[in-house]
Amino acid sequence: MEDVVAKYVSQKVSKTRWRPVPATALQPPEVFATGSWDNEENNISIWSVGDFEGLGLSGEYHGEPHLLCDIQHSGDVMDLQFLDQERIVAASSNGTVTIFKHHQNNETLSVSRKWEKAHHYNPSYSSASCTGIVCNSPEIFTVGEDGKINLFTAERTDAVRTLDNADSSTLHAVTYLRTTEILTVNSIGQLKIWDFRQQGNEPSQIFSLTGERVPLHCVDRHPNQQHIVATGGQDGVLSIWDVRQGSMPASLLKAHEAELWEVHFHPSSPDHLFTCSEDGSLWHWDASMDVSGKKSLLHTGGRSSTFLSHSAVNQSIITPWLSNDPAKDRIETTNLISSPTLSINSLDVLRSCLVYGTDAESIYVKKTLFA
Amino acid sequence: MEELDVEPPLTLIPELNSEQKQICFEWGPVEMLVCNTVYKKPEQKEERPGCPFIYVVRKDQDVYSHTLRKLFNESHGIFVGLQKDEKEKVGKSRTAQLVRVSKSYRSVIRACMEDSHQMAVSARDPVMRAQHSTQVSILSAMELIWNLCEIMFIEAAPAGPLLLHLLDWVRLHVCDVDNMVCDVLKSESPAKHENFWNAITIFVLQGRMDEARQLLCKEASANPASISMCKILDELMKKMPVLNLGNTQTLTEIELKWQHWHDECQRFLQDGTFASNPRMETICKILLGDENTILEKKDLMTTWYHFLVTRLLYCHPTVKPMELHLYAQSSLDQFLGGESSPEPLDIILLAAFEFDIHQVIKECSIALSNWWFVAHLTDLLDHCSLLQSHNLYFGSNMREYLLLEYASGLFCHHSLWQLAVDYFDYCPEYGRAYLELHIERIPLDTEHKALKVLRICEQRMMSDQVRSICKIMAMKAVRNNRLGSALSWSIRAKDAAFATLISDRFLKDYCERGTFSDLDLIDNLGSAMLLSDRLTFLGKYREFHRMYGEKQFFPAAKLLLTLMTARIAPSSFWMTLLTDALPLLEQKEVIFSADQTYELMRCLEDVMATKSKNKTLQATGSCVHGGTQTTWPMGHGQAVDGQASRPNTVGAHCVQFASYCFII
Repeated sequence: MEDVVAKYVSQKVSKTRWRPVPATALQPPEVFATGSWDNEENNISIWSVGDFEGLGLSGEYHGEPHLLCDIQHSGDVMDLQFLDQERIVAASSNGTVTIFKHHQNNETLSVSRKWEKAHHYNPSYSSASCTGIVCNSPEIFTVGEDGKINLFTAERTDAVRTLDNADSSTLHAVTYLRTTEILTVNSIGQLKIWDFRQQGNEPSQIFSLTGERVPLHCVDRHPNQQHIVATGGQDGVLSIWDVRQGSMPASLLKAHEAELWEVHFHPSSPDHLFTCSEDGSLWHWDASMDVSGKKSLLHTGGRSSTFLSHSAVNQSIITPWLSNDPAKDRIETTNLISSPTLSINSLDVLRSCLVYGTDAESIYVKKTLFA
Repeated sequence: MEELDVEPPLTLIPELNSEQKQICFEWGPVEMLVCNTVYKKPEQKEERPGCPFIYVVRKDQDVYSHTLRKLFNESHGIFVGLQKDEKEKVGKSRTAQLVRVSKSYRSVIRACMEDSHQMAVSARDPVMRAQHSTQVSILSAMELIWNLCEIMFIEAAPAGPLLLHLLDWVRLHVCDVDNMVCDVLKSESPAKHENFWNAITIFVLQGRMDEARQLLCKEASANPASISMCKILDELMKKMPVLNLGNTQTLTEIELKWQHWHDECQRFLQDGTFASNPRMETICKILLGDENTILEKKDLMTTWYHFLVTRLLYCHPTVKPMELHLYAQSSLDQFLGGESSPEPLDIILLAAFEFDIHQVIKECSIALSNWWFVAHLTDLLDHCSLLQSHNLYFGSNMREYLLLEYASGLFCHHSLWQLAVDYFDYCPEYGRAYLELHIERIPLDTEHKALKVLRICEQRMMSDQVRSICKIMAMKAVRNNRLGSALSWSIRAKDAAFATLISDRFLKDYCERGTFSDLDLIDNLGSAMLLSDRLTFLGKYREFHRMYGEKQFFPAAKLLLTLMTARIAPSSFWMTLLTDALPLLEQKEVIFSADQTYELMRCLEDVMATKSKNKTLQATGSCVHGGTQTTWPMGHGQAVDGQASRPNTVGAHCVQFASYCFII
């Protein structure tokens, strides 16, 4: 693929995130952050793929991402989220949650707030890995291997609220359902809704894959239709859930051979979904064909998607993700990686740009997603 | 035991003084631990403190280089691609494919070289700069050797094209000329530049006729007196027969043309056409292949292999691959002229010209500080079916031996271990054993990492390792009081014994607290429940409580009874179960049928029988079952509030229980 630029960065990349672009801006995103893992010294790095900064010393344009600045991060970077244009929240394998500030005038990073051992085991107080964060400035929710859910705000030094033992197994990821409700996925295949208006340590709803107990590693919510949630599991299955009804997934889509590490609805074109996996593949799920009524192709990208089950869900709103008519609900899937080797740990999509990072110590940027 | 090829290099560890204290060591996979012992040397009289540190001595130091990580990662992809490629292709397409792979490896080396060069340029610290510069020269030597091996072994070009490849090789690696030409062209009058003729001569030495002629034009325009001379030389250069890769000319045709052109050059030289301009005369002599004249330009060629290729170009343009080594050796000798002895690089290149693959690999292994080069080169040559006859007297074949060494080095790296897995996969004989030994030694800091390691093991059906990893994680979870997590790990490993252990912890917790923890897990065990009897019991017992809570008394009662009659419940728990039966018996409705009640009675008798067997008579009354006080079903607190007191001894149970039975 000629339109993908790669860069080897000499550290395994655990997370890649685009810096959000202002809604009014028209230009494509240019800056992204990455986190590393498994290194003796891990880093948070800020990269630019901007056309002007792309001019190298020799004056020629390579289009390769180039490093703006980086800062040491103690422990593996388990998750990374932009709080706003200049602040990044990082989750560490040593349980610490840190807010880094990116000073764009002199291209430096500094620590602006840190919650040491935000996740830890009781009663030993030994640190537990923080596995996921989600933020909606100034709120930050964190989840961890200790089964705890924390709520921080950027201004306060202590946690606003902590649910100890919220989950008996490891929480792998968290996202917002609505402003007061969050979704978590855990290592025994459950999707839980937590309502933070309510007191108590119990989730307001538990969804689960029947009997299989396949760990879920990631979760994302449809940007416009809040009841549609996608999760990715250990077996590489992408599950689409309708959280308004049933406790089982609306559909299971098999594409990956190993752990599905991340799933993302495209923020502005939610008929497109992206998943990446331990097996080194990155899939683009395109459901827009269905809506436009075009003839869709099942066999693109070398493999067809297999539909394992459909629960009968009556839909009032037409959405391709939940549609239950087998003749109609065709999703075109394309593998974006021609020769997979090592795990794709993370991806992010914004506008027409995709960025992903791998265990082969490389980051890739594709600037023309829908071309 | 074979003889040593070279004396092993000495590694000095400054702090460890073997003069004063004895040294001890321990071998690791690719590392060694070295430290002072408490024992002093016998001849040493006074007691002196030894070095307090333990040193880790590594043999593959390059693995830890920051810039080389790019090389390792990028070449890993090429390596895996090569192994996966179908081998059906034969003949030309196969060769083309292998050459393509070889070129990708080289481009990776080049990219890495550029990076190191950038680092060297931008480094402020002179030590770092020197380090990066050394890196650049090592990488450039690696690329030079690889390129030659590609031409000689992989491409295996026949006479004719062989020389073209060698010319390209020299042009690529002796690139001082380009800078020189730049300088010359930038100057105000190029023809007057001190290096003007040097530049032309180098172009000629490298067989770059077009470029040489372009420069010669400048001389013609700057110096009208020499126009005619220039024209003649230009004409000679233009006429020089060149072999084209796409051409169908036979070697004889070429040789004939060559002879013709040669005679023409000879004529011009003899009739003194260039006598007035010694520089042009020199060039003409070079065209004629005058070895002494070529050798005089030693400084311009800088290396003996450049001299070799120039010599071949003008003396033996149709050299056959098998004749190369003759010219190579003599070129080396002539070039060095007995002034200096050949360096390792020269010996390696010479071995390549001699088609001695094994010598090349051996010399490279000795000279280079990493296994990367030999492992990948050997593997590629093996794919060209060039190494099949060679088996080592130890281990498997050479390819596998070198790959194992390289991969072991990677595996000891905190981060690069993931790459090594694929290398082990493609070592058919010992790869698996190596992987099994190495993978158990990876520190599992987070669940995320454990999952990655687990995936590697599961994909390769390494069930022992899977079990061991899950057990480690389960133990960690238990230590951290995360029973739910621990149970999931033991379910994943299908470790029945550990699942039983954790189920007991759950039951014990229940007995102590009267409530179940981790309900989200226990309620959703599903078929995983069947892993161990105790886990089945835990799941079913919880199911009973759930049904009871939902007031589904009939199925709850049936389940409770089955737990005992089917002998799923551990005997120590029977009394708790019998106590749980009490509130069901107290219901207004008749819940237990007559038959079921008899069965309950039988269960009670069984319990009593074992109790009395185990305890002395006097103890019967005071034998309190650990859990009986608090093991009432959840939500039953209100139901039994009416009771005057909760029965808490076995004796009381018996009485009360019997009385219920009689009522029925």
